[in-house]
Amino acid sequence: MRICLLVKQVPATDKVVMDASTGTIVRTGIEMVINPLDLHAVEAAVRIKEADEAIGITVLSMGPASAVEAIREAMAMGCDDGALLSGSEFAGSDTWATAYALSQAVRHLDGCDLIVCGERAVDGETGQVGPMVAAMLNWPVLTYVSSISISGREIAVERVVESGRETVRCGLPALISVIREINEPRIPTLAGKMRARRAHVPTLSSEQIGAEPECLGLEGSPTRVVKVFYPRLTRSGVVVSAEATSLEGCVELLLQHLRGREPLGRGGD
Amino acid sequence: MCGGVWVLGEERDGVVHPVTHELLAWGRELADRLGDRLTCTILGAHAIWQAREIVFHGADRVIVVCDEKLRVFRVDPYARILLSLIREERPEILLAAATTMGRTLMPVLAARLRTGLTADCTQLDIDPHDRLLLQTRPAIGGHVMATIKTLSCRPQMATIRPKSRRPLPRTASRRGEVVVRVFERTVYESRVSRVSFRRDPDGNAPLQDAEIVVCGGRGLKTARGFAQLYELAQLLGGNVGASRPAVDQGWAPYACQVGLSGKSIRPRVYLALGISGAPNHLAGMSSAERVVAVNNDPNADILKVADLGIVADANEVIPMLVRRLRMDQAATFGRGDADG
Repeated sequence: MRICLLVKQVPATDKVVMDASTGTIVRTGIEMVINPLDLHAVEAAVRIKEADEAIGITVLSMGPASAVEAIREAMAMGCDDGALLSGSEFAGSDTWATAYALSQAVRHLDGCDLIVCGERAVDGETGQVGPMVAAMLNWPVLTYVSSISISGREIAVERVVESGRETVRCGLPALISVIREINEPRIPTLAGKMRARRAHVPTLSSEQIGAEPECLGLEGSPTRVVKVFYPRLTRSGVVVSAEATSLEGCVELLLQHLRGREPLGRGGD
Repeated sequence: MCGGVWVLGEERDGVVHPVTHELLAWGRELADRLGDRLTCTILGAHAIWQAREIVFHGADRVIVVCDEKLRVFRVDPYARILLSLIREERPEILLAAATTMGRTLMPVLAARLRTGLTADCTQLDIDPHDRLLLQTRPAIGGHVMATIKTLSCRPQMATIRPKSRRPLPRTASRRGEVVVRVFERTVYESRVSRVSFRRDPDGNAPLQDAEIVVCGGRGLKTARGFAQLYELAQLLGGNVGASRPAVDQGWAPYACQVGLSGKSIRPRVYLALGISGAPNHLAGMSSAERVVAVNNDPNADILKVADLGIVADANEVIPMLVRRLRMDQAATFGRGDADG
């Protein structure tokens, strides 16, 4: 059995700066890391492998050439190998085109029975790519997974939904996206890091995965970002300083507002 | 019959979930803007009895698919049924709530329909020039807003943050059409089966439904500082929320997280203590009816979205507030005079 892990490289900080003149994100000098929520997916896959050494784990990612580092981070935690989808043909892909490329890569890998991914990436925060990949492969998708057990060709998982926790099962192949409470990701060992650093991680082109060029990149993306702007902070209420007023006075004012005896701030929406 | 604006209603535990009414409010505005019809689909085991309520909340037409096998959401039958309806009628716009169901089902539909999907929109509008749907959402960790269009693929699909809008008032005189659809048995089958379900204890109303939320952030400095919130919330009859840094510090469980990467809420009163107001956080709470914030930084963004901002150390304010509330606990708070 082979597990395929989908990971994404994201900025290490959420303090992203925008270039006001071009409306684009300033990317220079920003440290990039594997998406923190993906670490839980890596850990989940590695634990499955630990229970059955016959299982192999392949890490897949799409991004610029430097995104190979995200794959190495996952490999340092115990994954066997990896591949990176990279090239100008993939640039500017939205979630649909990204999912298409990844699903083609999974087909290309051959012999994959289980795809594991994180709930969402902390930069895009869409959580769409996983379910889209499953739909393109026509595999069952299990989202919001908080625990996994596999026996033979069947997988049972617990899913966290609004009103509680449901346990569901289905046959493989399947795609699961895991939430952070599923586990505590391990720290890579030094040996793991060394092995990951030395490993050869091939770069795959659209041709190698048999992807239709018109379904990739900006051209293959159904959506377009037409405007980027800073949120307007609309409520202009009263600001009182404890230095000017007494702290007791502030608390009284606070109580009045909490109890709703003060009119709502003007200038709101 | 073709075109129009569609919203995917949700039946949960045998009733139409209120998030459906929020979707109807969004859909109604867009349909009116386009001079088009608003259709709501509802799949479930009891939906048929509640179709009229959906009309009363804004729909021109309700498509009902009712079967015991649709009692709980499962991707396979829901996707099969909706794909079939969408391919038949080709709606221009398709909206769902960004719930665990919407966030799972909508990507599956978009992938199969080869169309665009924008997640977690907080604002929707129609571009008057080309009549396309303008889908606005927080982007890049919630630091900026992005407006997105689906150019030529149809339908234009978006999920909407729950609590991003108030439902329309129920109008029992509204007229609408109810269409009941039945499919072949095989359509209701699923590759995934439910083994068991454990309901969360009902002791506390879910954060999303709380009327009053007391939310703490990094400014509370320690787990102990944060723990003061529980008594404060209890005295106020509210729930405890937390910013992402507070959750990352381990002061509160992820279930309490408010913001883009956590829950989106719209309480009657939102009390922010030691929260700076990063865009990620604001994306989850700025539609609260009343925002009261305490922060020792006079330049904190949270003060700009507050109806009342107090520049003070939250760790000093909380004990005083708790003492005052304990004093008049027996008094009137939350018994009807709270509606000002």
